[in-house]
Amino acid sequence: MKYLSEYRNPELAKKVLHEIEKTITKSWNIMEVCGGQTHSLVKNGILSVLPKKITMLHGPGCPVCVTPLNLIDKAIYLAEKEDVILCSFGDMLRVPGSKKNLLEAKAQGADVRILYSPLEAVTLAKQNTDKEVVFFAVGFETTAPANALSVLHAEKLGLTNYSILTSHVLVPPAITALMEDPESNIDAFLAAGHVCSIMGYWEYFPLVEKYKIPIVVTGFEPLDLLQGILMVVKQLEEGRAEVENQYVRMVKEKGNTTAQKIISDVFEVGDQMWRGIGTIGKSGFHLRGKYARFDANKKFSIHIKMASENKECIAGNIMKGISKPFECSQFGKACTPQNPLGAPMVSSEGACAAYYNFSTIYKTMDL
Amino acid sequence: MKKSLMKLQCPVPKFDFDIITLAHGSGGLLTNKLLESGVFSLLKNEELDQHHDGAFLNMNGNIAFSTDSFVISPVFFPGGDIGELAVNGTVNDVAMCGAIPQYLSLSFILEEGLPVNEFWDILVSIKFAAEKAGVKIVTGDTKVVNRGKGDKIFINTTGLGHIHPKANINLMNIKKGDKIIVSDDIATHGIAILSVREGLEFETSIESDTRSLNYLTTLLLDKFGSDIHLFRDPTRGGLASTLNEIAMDSSMGLVLQDEAIPVATQVKAACEILGLDPLYSANEGIFMIFVPDNIASEVVNVLRATEEARHAAIIGTVVDDHHGKVLITNPLGGKRVVNMPLGEQLPRIC
Repeated sequence: MKYLSEYRNPELAKKVLHEIEKTITKSWNIMEVCGGQTHSLVKNGILSVLPKKITMLHGPGCPVCVTPLNLIDKAIYLAEKEDVILCSFGDMLRVPGSKKNLLEAKAQGADVRILYSPLEAVTLAKQNTDKEVVFFAVGFETTAPANALSVLHAEKLGLTNYSILTSHVLVPPAITALMEDPESNIDAFLAAGHVCSIMGYWEYFPLVEKYKIPIVVTGFEPLDLLQGILMVVKQLEEGRAEVENQYVRMVKEKGNTTAQKIISDVFEVGDQMWRGIGTIGKSGFHLRGKYARFDANKKFSIHIKMASENKECIAGNIMKGISKPFECSQFGKACTPQNPLGAPMVSSEGACAAYYNFSTIYKTMDL
Repeated sequence: MKKSLMKLQCPVPKFDFDIITLAHGSGGLLTNKLLESGVFSLLKNEELDQHHDGAFLNMNGNIAFSTDSFVISPVFFPGGDIGELAVNGTVNDVAMCGAIPQYLSLSFILEEGLPVNEFWDILVSIKFAAEKAGVKIVTGDTKVVNRGKGDKIFINTTGLGHIHPKANINLMNIKKGDKIIVSDDIATHGIAILSVREGLEFETSIESDTRSLNYLTTLLLDKFGSDIHLFRDPTRGGLASTLNEIAMDSSMGLVLQDEAIPVATQVKAACEILGLDPLYSANEGIFMIFVPDNIASEVVNVLRATEEARHAAIIGTVVDDHHGKVLITNPLGGKRVVNMPLGEQLPRIC
């Protein structure tokens, strides 16, 4: 806990906040890419203390939010099969599919298990050889090594009843897509510290060069976030556009090369569908051909109709930072955390849910 | 008392069966054996000894009445079991009404196949928890369901108790400026249970804090009487749920101070790792007290002098603003809304 409490020191945080206030002269739109950072900004009340000149845009880095509708329907289809145990990270269970979510499927008798690690799913497969164990492998680069490792473990154990249903998305192509979008109005990025602890930050140099936009690798504690914002504001005010690393205690330029090796052994980069945004070229990890037998998509013949998103939901524009959640006609009306129309309202990391939590008292709180 | 010592004092009687079968719930000979050599002999008291369809009680005046069902899995968990929980849970609900719990009913729904020695262990826990809380178990029932139709054992308890003569507990008594006190560390029970849930096991020495709270509530009522505006025990859904209910039902606003809320270091660490919020985690051994500002520190001091509430603390205030909502502030000056949870907390991906 020592390493956490140090980065939550309110006195130091106030100093950094004061420094931001002293430095800023113009209005800036800063996007935190990662949902974990959105969560921390909300949980620690940082959004309510930042200078009014800073607008934080909550990017597409919530894995729960960007997992395609079609894939959630596939997961539900598999979970409902007699002989399948479907394992998932906890917060995927409430994400709406086209007809229901995994929690509802579970209530109707599907065998859905919440796990913390894909390696536990491999253990389950070993213990239940008469069942097919499928791990719903979603996430950014952060969760990719553990998911890849689970495949390697299953192979080593000679398991034929383990597979993964993947939706792995990558940060740098998402930043490129956002910058190429003519409607985007992002002045700078806080890059996701956890993703960079795996991948490093060498991938960001060409982006900074091409789009002349500051990118600061940032951690998740209040002091991390405030420092990251300060570093971004300094760059913007001074007219610089560089890659900087606030999260030095975790992130090296080259990242975790062992983890990267495991990823590239198991996965290859390919086009990927992002819920609410669309397909982004070379923005996802897919299982390599030599591991095709662990690919749930190929292993099972999955018969589902391609469903389309709720037309009222403007999740895409929200995740691109073009619209604010309360600009959506359904926000807080037809769409609430109890009855989400789109994924950003589901997870506490989702921008809509984060705003919903504030909005009901927005007017009285002077946020 | 240590669990091993309890078992030593109450060894399993010689039953000529090892597991519970449907016959134990049929009302015949086996039911009789289970009750006579088991439940009745262990929980013995004047009222129960009458073996009647119900209990004859002598009660006059204002009475609090509460019921609760217990379906926890696993039934044995670090720091307790379902039996202890079933007694403490209802005792505490009666105590939160400002009453002194006196009598409990006890009903079992057993799943066919439950090992008798496990049932016995649960009964022994019930006996000692009831003795500790000073309540008598005066009536009950046992049913057995087919294997697969239950989760080993479900227990329902109902409690009765006279309202403390000085008590005036009422949600509508809470006022602007009242302080919110929590009696001890929060989230301990929820995290202890999570640590042994299938699929989520992690190594920890965190134990459930399940305990009866009636001595503490009586102590406070003896001393502060009607200055105690409200007692509530934040069980399922944690502090966040209970505080939201209070805010909504009273139409007042509540403001908490994040740094003031006591959480044991190990529990805090487990929550960090698992991506959970202690505010939403279940509690069994703590309660909240709403009192006027001028006696708040004294209430905390009285609580801290007891073994069960050493970490009592003032965690928030009732305000005449953002009605029906709970806010939390942190030392940075940041604020956020503490929402009603949607369901059980789900661990986050990252």
